[in-house]
Amino acid sequence: MANAASTLQTRPRPDWLKPWLKGETWAAFLFILPSLIGFTLFYAVPAVRGLLISFTDWDLLTPAEPVGLGNYQRLIRDRDFWHALWVTFVYVVINVSTQTVFGLTIAVFMDRLTRSVLVRGIMILPFLFSNVVVGLIWLWILDPSLGIANELLKAVGLPRQPFLGSPDQAIATIAGINIWRHMGYMALLFLAGLQSIPKDVYEAAAIDGAGEVRSFWHITLPLLRPVLVFVLVTTIIGAFQIFDTIAITTEGGPIDSTRVIMWHIYEYAFQRFNMGYATTISMALFVLLIFLTLLQLRWFRAGESDL
Amino acid sequence: MSVQTGSMGRIRFRRPSAGRIVAWIVLGLLIIITLFPFWWIVRTSLSNPRQLFVDTTSMLPARFTLNNYARVLGMMSTSEAVAAGGSGQTINFLLYLRNSLIVTTSLVVGQISFSALAAYAFARLNFPLRDKIFTLYIAALMIPAVVMLIPNFVLIRTLGWLNTFQGIIAPAFLMTPFSVFFFRQFFLGINREIEESAKLDGASLFGIFIKIVVPMSVPPITTLAILAFLSHWNDYLWPLLIGKDESVRVLTVALGIFRTQTPQGAPDFAGLMAGAVVSMVPTLLLYFLAGRKAIDSIQFSGIK
Repeated sequence: MANAASTLQTRPRPDWLKPWLKGETWAAFLFILPSLIGFTLFYAVPAVRGLLISFTDWDLLTPAEPVGLGNYQRLIRDRDFWHALWVTFVYVVINVSTQTVFGLTIAVFMDRLTRSVLVRGIMILPFLFSNVVVGLIWLWILDPSLGIANELLKAVGLPRQPFLGSPDQAIATIAGINIWRHMGYMALLFLAGLQSIPKDVYEAAAIDGAGEVRSFWHITLPLLRPVLVFVLVTTIIGAFQIFDTIAITTEGGPIDSTRVIMWHIYEYAFQRFNMGYATTISMALFVLLIFLTLLQLRWFRAGESDL
Repeated sequence: MSVQTGSMGRIRFRRPSAGRIVAWIVLGLLIIITLFPFWWIVRTSLSNPRQLFVDTTSMLPARFTLNNYARVLGMMSTSEAVAAGGSGQTINFLLYLRNSLIVTTSLVVGQISFSALAAYAFARLNFPLRDKIFTLYIAALMIPAVVMLIPNFVLIRTLGWLNTFQGIIAPAFLMTPFSVFFFRQFFLGINREIEESAKLDGASLFGIFIKIVVPMSVPPITTLAILAFLSHWNDYLWPLLIGKDESVRVLTVALGIFRTQTPQGAPDFAGLMAGAVVSMVPTLLLYFLAGRKAIDSIQFSGIK
């Protein structure tokens, strides 16, 4: 605004330059400078660098050797990679499906039975503590010889179970541990959605003679769909990156039965120091997850029309 | 608080149906399942390590002792610790507690200050490339952490920051896309008028931010502080890669290493549970202090 007057004597500056000379621009860039440095160093550059590393063979000690698409060709033939992807997939399916059923049940019960902050506070408790602590607790509870879980099984006349010690049970057990940690958290998210459903809808249904169960299937579930889909996809994306619990309890074993994709990456990068190939695997995981994210964006928008 | 105020609701609530009783029983069971493991940690941490092999089922501590805490807090000599049934490895959870506090506090303070500063500029100031830069930040929200993991490790290693606090702290110290996004949303929602009149009175932009905007932003700052505390206090993989060294080892990493120190085959569960309790105390304190606010913040985090 004031520029018109001040540029009388000097040559008019090009238009694109003008905003850069304002005091506000300088102030703004000072405000965002720290975040811009953090973003560039630890988000933008690494994302690109990750892609570049995946085209090399690199052990961190000798210079990286370019191998073109070599790592990607290797990935396609790597049986361990496909096995890891399968194990992760099994984990995600068991974990997310059961967790959602539990989470939804708890949320509906809390919504219909009690508004107590204490109940909510208790249900969220496991989520407050690290995967490491949670993994250790369950490692102890599920210990094949001394754990209380087997004593409980014995008390009701069931045979002892190896749980994490058996290739058949390990991944389901890991999924169970994380169901315990996350079901209350998920319930809390669903509860927020439930509370946004107007109560008069339920009252109208009750006048028409619909019971709790019918109300759930015909009112709650359809109206909760946007929240449900959002939470579900976010949870799936998180579940695909399971690592901490595995690292604390089974370390990929027994006999690779819990070798999830993150453990595969971790082992290649930080135990075998094969940075190029490890990055290639992480790129594959990235593609999978970004696909889920895009799916979520589409579904989420489609779901919004419901409310 | 009577949320179910409709007359229909009240009539139904007076006579508890069989369905409601079943629902209460299920909810009660789920509460027990949620709480029991916590009691089991406490019970184990207060038990004599050798007695745990014999007494596997008692709900109360097996031969009550505080020795496990003395052991993990480094208040016992190695020989005393071995005599008490421990592994005899050097474990000093006071040091790891200090390290966790240093790492988490600096991350919470740095991340919130710098993210809020940036978010204020994105919300209020006009400058070239503003929307382009912000779009980039938002795009970063969608990139899973695993993509940056190895390149960031390589960067920290190149900088010579392995086994230093700055190495552990660096990636999330100056911003996280989520905090910038979160603060910007909040700033967009607050009334501009006070800021405008302060500007007319000749206040500087930074002065307005510190003296007017920050005091108005206590609720979102608290929310983000709680979320940032939880995520960094509980973080495992990154500090495991960067800071295994004793001098910077945080609690999660220390527990992981402690677990693998198994001289006689079976992990030292009594000691491990005592260590776990030490690592849980700050979280519990925060939880009790923040109360409902903590629950609301966590509830919010999933909705974004």
